Parts: sequence; structure tokens; C-alpha cells
Amino acid sequence: MITLGHWLFLGAALFCISVAGIFINRKNVIVLLMSIELMLLAVNTNFIAFSHFLGDAAGQIFVFFILTVAAAESAIGLAILVVLFRSHDTINVKELDSLKG
Amino acid sequence: MTLELILFYAFATAVIGAAIGVITSRNPVHAALWLVLTFFSSACLWLLAQAEFLAIALILVYVGAVMVLFLFVVMMLDVKIEPLREGYVRFLPVGIIVGLVMLAEMLALIGWRRHAGTAAPTDPAIAAGLSNTEWLGRVMFTDYILPFEIAAVILTVAIIAAITLTLRHRGGVRHQSPSRQVLVRREDRVRLVKVASVPPKGGPL
Repeated sequence: MITLGHWLFLGAALFCISVAGIFINRKNVIVLLMSIELMLLAVNTNFIAFSHFLGDAAGQIFVFFILTVAAAESAIGLAILVVLFRSHDTINVKELDSLKG
Repeated sequence: MTLELILFYAFATAVIGAAIGVITSRNPVHAALWLVLTFFSSACLWLLAQAEFLAIALILVYVGAVMVLFLFVVMMLDVKIEPLREGYVRFLPVGIIVGLVMLAEMLALIGWRRHAGTAAPTDPAIAAGLSNTEWLGRVMFTDYILPFEIAAVILTVAIIAAITLTLRHRGGVRHQSPSRQVLVRREDRVRLVKVASVPPKGGPL
């Protein structure tokens, strides 16, 4: 019998893996974007689990909207990445200091 | 241990393993392929939670569109991997520590033993005699119609933004100008010339 605890454990583990991924891949923008997708996947898994265990449609509806926003976000993020590579010829986060921040 | 639980453990292992592959692989193409496996295994898990519509949507939208976009960008950009890997070993312990501490904190907050006995209620979609898709659709097009339309607007904004960001005008390229083409008038192109007729020498042949 799958319990809610199984799902929450899976979501927490996936979220922590993606946080660790953001830490260890801090130079590579592409893998950073992939880690953000993993985080959203962990959140979506939690939403689906709660929707399943509470018998409520709102969780699954919310996952639908998260998928929409995540698709838009990755499309715009990758477009920015392409423009960045054209102008700076690199995607190394360390060299992106033209704003002098 | 039921078959359902065995499947859950198998898919969850695949998800966790593939996620670790995403963040540790050296080549971004390999990371993208690991991410495809993560999404696919997650879709299988969502099927176990009786979220059929979202599982198929995850495969269609993510594996079919977003990951192809990722692979396309990764392969289009000629990225030199080596400079991106520096500091990997230095930040590996920090990443692992932060991840493990966060995991411990979350599990302490969730208290996953507390839910050990709660079984899922019968699916309201099945109880109502509907499929999961129909059940979701009925809610989405009644209670959530405004967010649904806002989501459509967000997608439109995203496509316009992505196209305008990557659009570039290069000089010296020959291309058509449709607006000038349709604005052209007959007087600009056609010139009628009066040509006097000259009879051939020596009369008609």
C-alpha cells in the first residue's frame, strides 16, 4: 500500500537533489535550468500526491498550470541563453559580470 | 508488499537515480537525456497516483517539447565544457551537506511515519463514473476557466518573447518585403509606350 509518506519522501528527496545540483553546477547555466525543472517536478509530485490522497481536483489543476508556466519559463530561459551565447560567446556564470553587480 | 508498492519503489528508484545523473553528468547532453528518464519515470509514478491526464501531458509537453528544446540548444551552442566544470569538486561537499540537511529537515517536518497508516480514498473520478481527463476537464472549464485563459495568455507572451529575443537582422541579406510588394501600384511597374508602326521595305512579303 502506497501511503502519503512515500510520496512526500520522494518529493523531498527530488527537491534536495536539485538544490544540491544548483550548488555543484554553479558555472553551467544549462544544468542550472535543468535543476530548476527538477525542483518543479518535485513540487508537482507533491501536488499530485495530495490531490490523490485528499480526493480533490485542485491539486491536479494546479499541476497543469505549473506545467504551463514551466514550459514558458524554459522557452524564454533558453532564448535568453542563446542570445547570451551570441553576444558573450560563453555561458559560464563566472564570466557574466558585465552588469558589475 | 503489493505489486503497486513494488512498482512505486522501482519507479522512485529510477527517478532518484536519474536525477542524480542529471546533476553529476559531465556532458550537458547526457544531463538532458537523464532528465528525460526522470520525467518519464515520474510520469509512470503519476499514473500510479491515478493522474492519467497529467502523466500523459508530462510526457507530451516535457519529453516531447521542452527536452527537445533543451537538447536543441545544447547541441546548437558550441559549449566548451571544461571551464564550466571548474569548482565542481570544491562545491561538491557543500552541495551534498546542504542537500542532506534540507532532506533531514523536511523529513522531520513531514513526519513521514505519521502518515504510515492512511490509505488513499477511492478516486472521486471513478466514484463519479468519469475518466480522470473528463473529471479534470469539468473542473477546469467551470471553476478554473479564468486561470485557464490566463495560462493561454502566458504561453502567447512566452512564444512572442522567445521569438523576439532570438530574432536578429543581419545586413546584406536579400529578402522579400511583403508590405512593399502589396503596396505596389500598376503605375509604378507598367509603362505604356507608343510605338509607331513602320511598314517593311519592299512591301508585304
